[in-house]
Amino acid sequence: MRTKITAKVLTLFLLMISFTAFASEETGKGDKKTEIKEYIQHHLKDSYDFSLFSYTTDAGEHKYIGLPLPVIIWDEGLKVFSSSKFHHGETVAEVDGNYYALYHNKIYRTDAQGTINYDAEHHPTNVKPLDFSITKSVVMILITGLLMFFLFKSLAKSYSNNGGIAKGAGRFFEPIVLYIRDDIAIPNIGEKKYMRYMPFLLTIFFFIWFLNIFGLTPLGVNVTGNLAVTASLAILTFLLTNFTGTKDYWKHIFDPLGDSMPWYAKIVLYVILIPIEVLGIFIKPFSLLIRLYANMQAGHIVLMSLIGLMFIFKSWLGSPLSFGLAFAISLIEILVALLQAYIFTMLSALYFGFAAEEHDHHEEAHAH
Amino acid sequence: MKLLEDFSLGLFFWQTLLFVLLILLLKKYAWKPILNAVNEREEGIKNALDSAEKAKREMENLQADNQKLLKEARLEREAMLKEARDMKNKMIEDAKDQAKEEANKLIAQAQVSIETEKKAAIAELKSQVANLSIDIAEKVVKEELSNKDKQIKLVESMLGEATLN
Repeated sequence: MRTKITAKVLTLFLLMISFTAFASEETGKGDKKTEIKEYIQHHLKDSYDFSLFSYTTDAGEHKYIGLPLPVIIWDEGLKVFSSSKFHHGETVAEVDGNYYALYHNKIYRTDAQGTINYDAEHHPTNVKPLDFSITKSVVMILITGLLMFFLFKSLAKSYSNNGGIAKGAGRFFEPIVLYIRDDIAIPNIGEKKYMRYMPFLLTIFFFIWFLNIFGLTPLGVNVTGNLAVTASLAILTFLLTNFTGTKDYWKHIFDPLGDSMPWYAKIVLYVILIPIEVLGIFIKPFSLLIRLYANMQAGHIVLMSLIGLMFIFKSWLGSPLSFGLAFAISLIEILVALLQAYIFTMLSALYFGFAAEEHDHHEEAHAH
Repeated sequence: MKLLEDFSLGLFFWQTLLFVLLILLLKKYAWKPILNAVNEREEGIKNALDSAEKAKREMENLQADNQKLLKEARLEREAMLKEARDMKNKMIEDAKDQAKEEANKLIAQAQVSIETEKKAAIAELKSQVANLSIDIAEKVVKEELSNKDKQIKLVESMLGEATLN
């Protein structure tokens, strides 16, 4: 059944590709394509204002509907101003006698005309002030955080109010909490130590899941598809793993063979083994950050490209087809949103399991 | 390298700060109470199940005891009935024996007394018959010896008989 569906989707997709090939030969559609490409590029990046949608008037004027957000930069002193001063990158913002301009969605210090100087490789050479702005992603993180806080606080309260039984939305989330405890934390970390990691695992699961789902809404905020966000999450996993690592965890890294060999034999092997193990400490969380980033990024690109195809085709066949495909991919993306949260949590639990591992030396001595 | 250029330090800073804050807040106000409540509930369910199991086992024990008692009572009743039957049989047997003995004894006594009576009767009869015969003989003799002729005749017949013997 599943293979059948996959086959159908694949056929559709191949059909689409041939259509695009046709479309690219036609003239006059190039503008639209670059516009869509730029739009997608723009969407994938963070932005300094919370734009809901934008349109172009008949007079050719760009209109943006949304909220400006505070820009906070450190450039010879703290400077806070509204992002509306940039006018979506169209004007230069003047703050305390300094001029700032947006270039590729980054803030640079410029002169009053907004000149950007480039080096030989076309990189801007302007001063880049330290940027701690409350961007669209930061707002979404805040909203998700608040949502999670009130959601799970009410769940906690419903337990004490109803004599240990969840009510309302908690009925939906309780099995997920229990699943994380019984099928992710306990099997990987062990009955004895799992409680220590539960707050992190639960928070990271729901945080990623909610943000992934938010990314699929028309608000279109690509938070988990942002390298800074996934890097932060992975680094927290990394720190937690290594700071809670037991003696056995470190012994496994620096003395993986144990007593199974005499020391002179081990030295030769360890020249290779120890660097690999040490590299492994960093590769594990790195894989986490890349996996989540790439999956969400790719999902957004595919989805938006398919939606963009509708505007390129503008035909009775192509547009419904790409609409159907976009719909199918959206459904898959909903699954991916959950799956990626699950994988991140699962692998974090696995790494915590390595860190919390304690061999029973007594038993081992008997076994030998 | 474009990826690294796109890396936003500000977003990284806010994400880390907010996320750590979120973990700490949720840990205190949500996860701990939730996990505790769930654990408590599970403990409660486990205890309830355990006690139910215990009650069931006790019930079974009680039932087994009852069964045992019933069986014992039945056995006892049977034993008592058997004993009673045996006793009845023995009593009947004993009574029969005794009656037989008594009867035999009575019969023997009766026989003895009958024999004695019989003997006495015979003896009486004998003496009566002797007396009667003597009386008759006396009368006959008296009659016979009333005249001379008859006396001579008798003597003669008697003599004749005596010689013949």
